[in-house]
Amino acid sequence: MFNVIILTPIKKTQYPIIAQCISPDVFQEKTLEQINNLPIWIGNKRRILSDLFKIEKTTENSPSIIINGDVSQVRRIGWGMTQGEIVVNGNAGMHLGKKMSGGKIVVNGNAEGWAGSEMKGGLLEIKGDAGDYLGSPYRGSTIGMRKGKIVVHGNVGSDAAVHMKSGLIKIHGNSGPFMGFRMTGGVIHIQKDAGTRLGACMTGGKIVVSGVLEDMLPTFAIEFIKGKVKIELGDKAIGPFFVFLGDLAENGRGKLFISKEKNPQLSQYERFL
Amino acid sequence: MDLLIKNGFVYDPINGINGERMDIAIRNNKIVESVIEKNSKIIDATGLTVFPGGVDIHTHIAGSEVNTGRLVRPEDHEKDFVRKTSVTRSGVGYSIPSTFTTGYRYSLMGYTTVMNPSMAALEAKHTHEELNDIPMLDKATYPLLGDWWLVLETIQKGDLEECARYVAWMLEITKGYAIKIVNPGGLESWGFGRNVHSIDDQIPNFGITPRDIMCGLAKVNKMLNLPHTIHLHTNNLGVPGNYETTLDTMKCLESIPSNGKPVVHITHLQFSSFAGEDWGSFRSGAAEIAGYINNHDHVSCDMGQIIFTDTTTMTADGPFEYTLYQLSGHKWVNSDVETETSGGIIPFHYKRKNPVNAIQWSIGLELALLIKNPWKVFMTTDHPNAGPFTAYPKILAWLASKKARMATFKRLHKKAQKKSILPSIDRELSLYDIAIVTRAGQAKALNLKEKGHLGVGADADVAIFDLNPEKVDIANKFRTFRRAFTNTAYTIKGGKILAKDGEILQQAEGKTIWLDMQTKKEIEISEEIKKKFREYWTVEYENYPVSEHYIKNSSPIKIKADV
Repeated sequence: MFNVIILTPIKKTQYPIIAQCISPDVFQEKTLEQINNLPIWIGNKRRILSDLFKIEKTTENSPSIIINGDVSQVRRIGWGMTQGEIVVNGNAGMHLGKKMSGGKIVVNGNAEGWAGSEMKGGLLEIKGDAGDYLGSPYRGSTIGMRKGKIVVHGNVGSDAAVHMKSGLIKIHGNSGPFMGFRMTGGVIHIQKDAGTRLGACMTGGKIVVSGVLEDMLPTFAIEFIKGKVKIELGDKAIGPFFVFLGDLAENGRGKLFISKEKNPQLSQYERFL
Repeated sequence: MDLLIKNGFVYDPINGINGERMDIAIRNNKIVESVIEKNSKIIDATGLTVFPGGVDIHTHIAGSEVNTGRLVRPEDHEKDFVRKTSVTRSGVGYSIPSTFTTGYRYSLMGYTTVMNPSMAALEAKHTHEELNDIPMLDKATYPLLGDWWLVLETIQKGDLEECARYVAWMLEITKGYAIKIVNPGGLESWGFGRNVHSIDDQIPNFGITPRDIMCGLAKVNKMLNLPHTIHLHTNNLGVPGNYETTLDTMKCLESIPSNGKPVVHITHLQFSSFAGEDWGSFRSGAAEIAGYINNHDHVSCDMGQIIFTDTTTMTADGPFEYTLYQLSGHKWVNSDVETETSGGIIPFHYKRKNPVNAIQWSIGLELALLIKNPWKVFMTTDHPNAGPFTAYPKILAWLASKKARMATFKRLHKKAQKKSILPSIDRELSLYDIAIVTRAGQAKALNLKEKGHLGVGADADVAIFDLNPEKVDIANKFRTFRRAFTNTAYTIKGGKILAKDGEILQQAEGKTIWLDMQTKKEIEISEEIKKKFREYWTVEYENYPVSEHYIKNSSPIKIKADV
């Protein structure tokens, strides 16, 4: 039995908040009072959830959580969730949906760094911009995105999709540098411009850039030109695209699809075909 | 105040006490015959198991390689962190916990004395500063001497007396406890990108062999009357088929006169007991090794048991770490410590479904169970190389219960299951045996007279576990046993109650044990050697020694050498 829970932030704090408990898996089967008393950390002080949010339970029967307001200070929302839905009507903080393996998170605003980090399944949709390290593991770890889908309607910061193994990332805006660093599989589609060092050290997977590519790493070699490329079932990017293979420094077989029309500076590669 | 532990089931193998109900009296951090009951604090241990404080003979808890391991693994810290309490300090780290956390976690498991192996002499100051920071435990550390140039040169000359004087000097200035030898000859070769592949390979530029180094240092160990034997990490470690090298190693040390006492401690023996030609035909060589050790008295060893988890391997064996790097492709740290040793660090994930890892798991347990005398084989994971020390209760359950072993065995890779001889071994260790492999045996091998037992005059290090040996059959109820050994009911060190029911009650400082070497002739470091320091070391001779003021709680043991 699960009712829709509505959280409304009631105060701003000076310090970051860690609220790993905001997840449908945790809220499930709990009374309103139990939810109120879930532990959170504000800076180094242990507090309870009701210190920060006004919590209401509706009668509607659906495993979802709605957060009305800006929670850009609140980290780890939807940590490890396996089901249900979280809707954030505002900006979300760092580590949103980290290690999630199912369910859906929608942010009607911006998300900070490490959104969808180490994701194993489910859907993460960000209507605004995403910060750095989108879908990337924590520093030092090599366990990137394993499965699932991330859709960003705005722009993305640097170091997105690091160590990505499988799954799909769709970016409607621009991306920062080091996108897809060391990725081994999966698909990334950047509908606008991509930053420098795209796909550095990648050994598998594909990155599609429909806009301008800032610069091309010298360790990629052109293979052929392709008219269109499949992103997912029922979604194709229309080209034509230059197809590059790399990263040859790592003996990689990853593919970069770069729009031919938007990138006349790459036409010099055509003589190698 | 005096302390009286009443009515517990006491296991004290050194004094031959096997589960008798008795009282233990403690006064001024020592165990005494009796105390006046009404003047002392009483711990009612009725229905509880009383062990001496744990001793760990081989665990990498401090030093440059441990600290570099911490640096390269931020993700290891993210998944395991401890907040501060009113008594304890905060800390991070799963496979390589920070210094304070290391102390607390050991103490919660009932350990009171740990030995840090492999300290490069050049990094001795760092190691001691880190050991100072580890609370709750008594510590000692072994300097790496197997590939030190002065040792190699004197062995090449054939002058073992001079070699012994240098070793004595080195033990004293680095405040060490035993001679650690890692892949003798291999580390010197690694400086040239090479390795040695048998105990009779030549070492570049020195013209001697690993056999000469091991025999030489074993003799030196005897001349110096050191409490522990040489502490040896064998050649060819981690290479399929290396059990033959290990057998050769043990055979070559047979000739050293031993008087029935061990002359060599082979550490993390699991990694040295591989049979087969390559990783595909990889199988266990534990039966051959155990057969040899059962028939000879000059060897003691520890397990180096694999735990299926994400951990960090760190060893002075640089070439071996390079092999691991080629296998895993993970981030790799490599170093060549000037004229002394080398080193490497790689994160590694041991998996049940990996046939090689699964067989390795089996080898460790086979060794511990097939070597009949528990005084010869001790329980370690070579923390953190085969797994973090926090997994010790798991290993004890595997040793004490066939049921526990088979529960894990069933989940292994099918190929490994077929190759393993583990299902045919029915031996189960009793609580008495467990007290030997975790405490008494290790203390005896280290010759720590005041540790590992509960006789009068011993240090008041006691671990009390919430386990009633009359009611619980540990072979059957292995989960109860494991839980009891994960958190002690009481950990007492130096007469103070440090932990109770899985909570740290107070933080205490441990001492650092080292050897104050007294040679017949005073050791002279000639101008020639000092010149060498200027030419080959980054540290000047004058700045090289660790003076005693570096050590917070210094506890030297005076050793009279024969040279």
